[in-house]
Amino acid sequence: MPKDPSIRKILVIGSGPIVIGQGCEFDYSGVQACKALKEEGCTVVLINSNPATIMTDPEFAARTYIEPITPEVVEKIIAKERPDALLPTLGGQTALNTSMTLHRTGVLEKYGVRMIGAKPEAIEMGEDRQLFKEAMIRIGLDMPQSGIAHTMEEARRVADEIGTYPLIIRPAYTLGGAGGGIAYNKEEFETIIARGLDLSPVSEVLIDESLLGWKEFEMEVMRDHADNCVVICSIENLDPMGVHTGDSITVAPVQTLTDKEYQIMRDASFAVIREIGVETGGSNIQFATHPETGRMIVIEMNPRVSRSSALASKATGFPIAKIAAKLAVGYTLDEIKNDITRETPASFEPVIDYVVVKVPRFTFEKFPTADATLTTQMKSVGEAMAIGRTFKEALQKALRSLETGRAGLGADGKDPVNPAREQIILKLTVPNAERIFWLGVALREGFAVEEIYELTKIDPWFLRQIEEIVKAETALADWDIKPDPTGLVHAKAWIREIAWGLEMPGSPQSWDPTLKTGTSLADLEAGIRRAKRMGFSDAQLAHLLKRTPSEIRAVRKYLGIIPTYRLVDTCAAEFEAYTPYYYSTYGEENETRPSDKRKVMILGGGPNRIGQGIEFDYCCVHAAFALKEMGFETIMVNSNPETVSTDYDTSDKLFFEPLTLEDVLNIYEAEQCWGVIVQLGGQTPLNLAAKLKEAGCNIIGTSPESIEQAEDRKFFAALLDKLGLNQAESGTATNAEEAVAVAGRIGYPVLVRPSFVLGGRAMQIVFTDEEIRHYMEHAVQASPERPVLVDRFLEDAAEVDVDLISDGETTVIGAIMEHIEQAGIHSGDSASVIPSFALSESIKEKITTASKALAQGLQVLGLMNIQFAVKNEVLYVIEVNPRASRTVPFVSKAIGRPLAKYAAKIMTGETTLKEIGFTTEIVPTHYNVKEAVFPFSKFPGIDVILGPEMKSTGEVMGIDADFAMAYAKAEMAAGGSLPLKGNVFISVRNRHKDRIAAIAKDYHDLGFVIYATAGTTKVLQEAGVPVKLLYKLAEGRRPNVLDMIKNGGIALVINTPSERITRADEVRIRSAATAARIPIITTLRGSRASAQAIASLQRNALEVKPLQDYHPM
Amino acid sequence: MPMKALLALEDGVHFFGEAFGVPGSTSGEICFNTSMTGYQEVLTDPSYRGQIVAMTYPLIGNYGVNETDQESGGPHVRGFVIGELCRVPSNWRSELSLEDYFKKWNLLGIEGVDTRRLTKHLRTRGAMRAFLSTEVLDPVEAAARAAASKPMLGSDYVKEVSTPESYLWDPQSSLSQDWMLPTGNGPAIATLPEAKYRIVAYDFGIKLNILRRLRQEGFHVDVVPASATAAEVLAKKPDGVFLSNGPGDPSALGYAHQEIEKLIGKTPIFAICLGHQLIGHAVGGKTFKLKFGHRGGNQPVQDLRTGQVAITSQNHGFAVDPDSLPSNVEVTHINLNDQTVEGLRHKDAPVFSVQYHPEAAPGPNDARYFFTEFADLIEKSR
Repeated sequence: MPKDPSIRKILVIGSGPIVIGQGCEFDYSGVQACKALKEEGCTVVLINSNPATIMTDPEFAARTYIEPITPEVVEKIIAKERPDALLPTLGGQTALNTSMTLHRTGVLEKYGVRMIGAKPEAIEMGEDRQLFKEAMIRIGLDMPQSGIAHTMEEARRVADEIGTYPLIIRPAYTLGGAGGGIAYNKEEFETIIARGLDLSPVSEVLIDESLLGWKEFEMEVMRDHADNCVVICSIENLDPMGVHTGDSITVAPVQTLTDKEYQIMRDASFAVIREIGVETGGSNIQFATHPETGRMIVIEMNPRVSRSSALASKATGFPIAKIAAKLAVGYTLDEIKNDITRETPASFEPVIDYVVVKVPRFTFEKFPTADATLTTQMKSVGEAMAIGRTFKEALQKALRSLETGRAGLGADGKDPVNPAREQIILKLTVPNAERIFWLGVALREGFAVEEIYELTKIDPWFLRQIEEIVKAETALADWDIKPDPTGLVHAKAWIREIAWGLEMPGSPQSWDPTLKTGTSLADLEAGIRRAKRMGFSDAQLAHLLKRTPSEIRAVRKYLGIIPTYRLVDTCAAEFEAYTPYYYSTYGEENETRPSDKRKVMILGGGPNRIGQGIEFDYCCVHAAFALKEMGFETIMVNSNPETVSTDYDTSDKLFFEPLTLEDVLNIYEAEQCWGVIVQLGGQTPLNLAAKLKEAGCNIIGTSPESIEQAEDRKFFAALLDKLGLNQAESGTATNAEEAVAVAGRIGYPVLVRPSFVLGGRAMQIVFTDEEIRHYMEHAVQASPERPVLVDRFLEDAAEVDVDLISDGETTVIGAIMEHIEQAGIHSGDSASVIPSFALSESIKEKITTASKALAQGLQVLGLMNIQFAVKNEVLYVIEVNPRASRTVPFVSKAIGRPLAKYAAKIMTGETTLKEIGFTTEIVPTHYNVKEAVFPFSKFPGIDVILGPEMKSTGEVMGIDADFAMAYAKAEMAAGGSLPLKGNVFISVRNRHKDRIAAIAKDYHDLGFVIYATAGTTKVLQEAGVPVKLLYKLAEGRRPNVLDMIKNGGIALVINTPSERITRADEVRIRSAATAARIPIITTLRGSRASAQAIASLQRNALEVKPLQDYHPM
Repeated sequence: MPMKALLALEDGVHFFGEAFGVPGSTSGEICFNTSMTGYQEVLTDPSYRGQIVAMTYPLIGNYGVNETDQESGGPHVRGFVIGELCRVPSNWRSELSLEDYFKKWNLLGIEGVDTRRLTKHLRTRGAMRAFLSTEVLDPVEAAARAAASKPMLGSDYVKEVSTPESYLWDPQSSLSQDWMLPTGNGPAIATLPEAKYRIVAYDFGIKLNILRRLRQEGFHVDVVPASATAAEVLAKKPDGVFLSNGPGDPSALGYAHQEIEKLIGKTPIFAICLGHQLIGHAVGGKTFKLKFGHRGGNQPVQDLRTGQVAITSQNHGFAVDPDSLPSNVEVTHINLNDQTVEGLRHKDAPVFSVQYHPEAAPGPNDARYFFTEFADLIEKSR
């Protein structure tokens, strides 16, 4: 069947901001879909509120709406654009839910829009627990005993019927399983049910027979209009049932099923996709099997492209989203060519000749009070994937890709020394982010595989693989004790001697250890090669052999042990592959194709985490596009399977590899790169910069020295002095006493933070000696090389971010962004506005002058971000970062110029901003507001206040001619739609009481009823603002604030936290409001902006406008 | 201490690795299989007679070996080449580790081979002979041994694997039940339909799952040796004749071509794999050796009459030349990867055949419907 000619204009819905459970994989799938549809001559209309996505770059769609993804807004776009069809399956749960609402409310029918890919009935059946269960029973598949409940009474009845604990509870229609959990007893059961009913938009929860400890599998399936079905990838979870698949270590392909069992699962997958009726596209189907009987149960299916499909695409090389888009417009699988082999059709099943391991990345360190137990609710914020020829190699590569400071599975000095048996048992039994490392610890401490299996239910196959790693580790560490067979020289001595010899002048030609030693050199070579094939990094070998990583590297290269690069080709080498997608392994043949083009390596950002996410991937992708345009060969290195940068057609060559010094240098050397870009991928590549340069790499753009200088307090202070710029008084400290002394000198409150971190990791505002001591002793590990920075904290100052670009000669301001929140709240967590809404002309001028001077002073070549504070018309420099910042995509979209592309081009030194035609700041005439999106609802009970440590996972953008409307759109897009009427609860810290009355009056004038507790009430009454008194929690009288919140009586909470020690009742109010999804504003500036936004929403209808109309090309 | 082993190809390319199973030397045509599961079925498929098989998926042995997954009485491969052997399997059905299975059957395997390099070499240079040994570790000598071994072209391995005597398959109806997983209600046992049709199956190296599938579709199967004549077969007055898979070069089996030719038009015929190639010869066509064959579970086959694509299990090194076929034979299926013939239908006689394996084992079950079509064909011809 060729393309359906009736589909000319297609609306694609994106997934909005990055949140836990919905990462940048949907940018990857969206980009593929947009490209594929455009290729087919379709007009793509796109909505996505996330400015950091590649898909919202104006060239990917005909009409790009950066607007809130709500049914109301999408309806406006439909009314304006009149698309023929809506593709709901590529934008995650957000797109699916929005599309379903548009279907239910009759909007699609009204405008004659067809849903393609999956029909509403199929989505309904796939998503609705009861309909799904009935469907599975119809096709004869086994299901867990279970029931559905809409009330607590129903839930209790279901629990009685199943009759055993634990029980699994999952709310319907929530993201990443939000609100789900495992109940081991009645009490837990009732708590989780209450939360689940609350969070489910349809007040529905599924209660299941526990499959805890069963093996978990996933199948990625595709189907076309002609009912051709194929499996793209099978996945086996290392973590058994009970841990959300997004939080599990997963492996492709399936490892422990016989062909008979696998084929039964495959047949079942097709039966499921057919019965549910997903007509075209990809679906993900999850299975559990009993480890001792093989009983197989269907757990769920996603009738759409998912996180697992992104993983499957990267694991096999098969572009699921692209093919899904083509199938949606009418093609069949056999009509589409496989890009990779060019000759074979897409109607086949990829086979792979390697092992893929995905490991989730957690950020519990950002939420110290959150429960770090892994459950059926997803808590990870990102993931790393690695490929190897053995499971051991892939696992160790994946673990070092995580960038959590580990060099592999242990053997890096990071494992606990002599842990108590009880602690090991606990760490094995209760699933946690570090459990994989505890498996190694347990094996080293003498636990048997059988014992560990009983504690973890992790399949013994995986445990034995890990045991082999541990055994190899022990053998390596013992290498010096047991003489080699010839008795000549021991390994460690060998390495020392060779490394020393290599450093000798004229070596290695003049110094050849082989002459001296005969066969034992071969033993050394064989031993190291065997270790490399098990994935041991140079850092691990260095640790085990008590040498330095650079010695190991030198010896390894001397012995000819260098990685070979292998193709990901979908066909296990059966056919020739053309796509340049590589991974490293220690094999016998290198498959990279040589070329004589100049090569630039772009280092990506690795796994997403809070503080480093899609924004940096966006910059890397732009660099690849830009350098390709200039005729360079681009080489992308990244380990994050969710990204556009790891799509095989983004760069000329893709290396799916860990971003460690060893792995990056290997590629640099193998490919003989001309240069490497480190400033676009966030902190990950930046941390490698100095060592890459030391190893002889040509770092293009701002030099590593400049990067270091910006972090060097002394140098930086001197630079500011020279430029006549102010800085908040500051000092550095390496221990508690020094810190107290510095704070004493500059005066409290002070802002304390470690050097060289991103996302304000461990950054705090402290008010007392006691607090600073506690911080120094517990929160950070300071050292003379990495001291703690102590800055005077400027209270109630306005904060401004500047992104600029410089080619050394010309410096252009990308944008001056004024924050809604005051200084002291991490810039990544602040709402910020382009152009500034309240800064005076003279301050703006000062900012521009200062920014340009700093760029000159630091000899910036490329991008730089500067943060300023403005207090009483005085400008302070907070910090500068000579690299791409998180706001580059936002700025680029606000001003309509691709800053990251420009930066990549000028970094090569072969063009200038003048030649590009970007020499003056563009100040847009419309307003652009960026708002942060937080994961608080995933971590029940934790406090939602903002501070200097970044906590947001993603961002949205609101655009409008009117500032207040742009802000209102941003809030709406962030999921906290501002109310237009109702009750506002106000509670502010003492120091804000003098300023709250004016704000409260605004809300009163907008028609809101103000509620407050005694202190604030008094202030408001005195100012003549009508207010109703509510009891404080501590007063013990009812109804109190919590009652009002829980009963739905409050539409908005304004609560600025009290300074120093947070009061427990405040936390309870804020978390109750979060749970009830009531917007909370925790700053005065935010309250003012929100009042304006509400006023604007009351006055005007929200209007939508595509990027292409803001910035005509 | 692991024992060193050497795999050498006739063109001198060689691979060192470690031996598993029983030390010694072996030779044969080397081929690669891309199935990621199903190594036990591969080892025991009689069609691999005379061949050394390399698995492209590097981790082999993970789930061990069990009695149910045997495709014949024992392994047929000459040698086995893999990336990494799993010595302690993990699966609830596992009865033996692969290593012990090799010891039990006196088989030699080599692990630690860069099977991707090997596969790429075979893909580029085409199928060739190989020599695998723990005794000859000199690459030059080993390559010479490979070059001196018997070539595949012109070889009749069928006589080594075919049954010596006729027999009735599963007269008690106890061996043919489809294998099923247990459910929440306990073990699941499939039921067999009444055996309505009496057929004769030529055993050129028949896989057990073909016999099971035939019985599951209601066939009562009388298995005869490859040497059975048409007259002997027709004397049994069968409702139909089935021609099985098997090893070696189809053109070397002149005796079978003749007898099959005599059967065409006399009785409904369904053939799989080697049987399909023999149909090609019987109607006057030719077969040719593919560069490196199709071996794996992901081969896309299109039914030219419906456009439908099936993902199929394949294991063949030869194919029917479509240009050699008479006009009364229609090509019904092609391989979408290389457009080679995958299915035939006789326009004037009740005969159809497929090059691939509708019985799967290992591989997908997508093409299972052919067994039903055979029953339909018999029903129509009555």
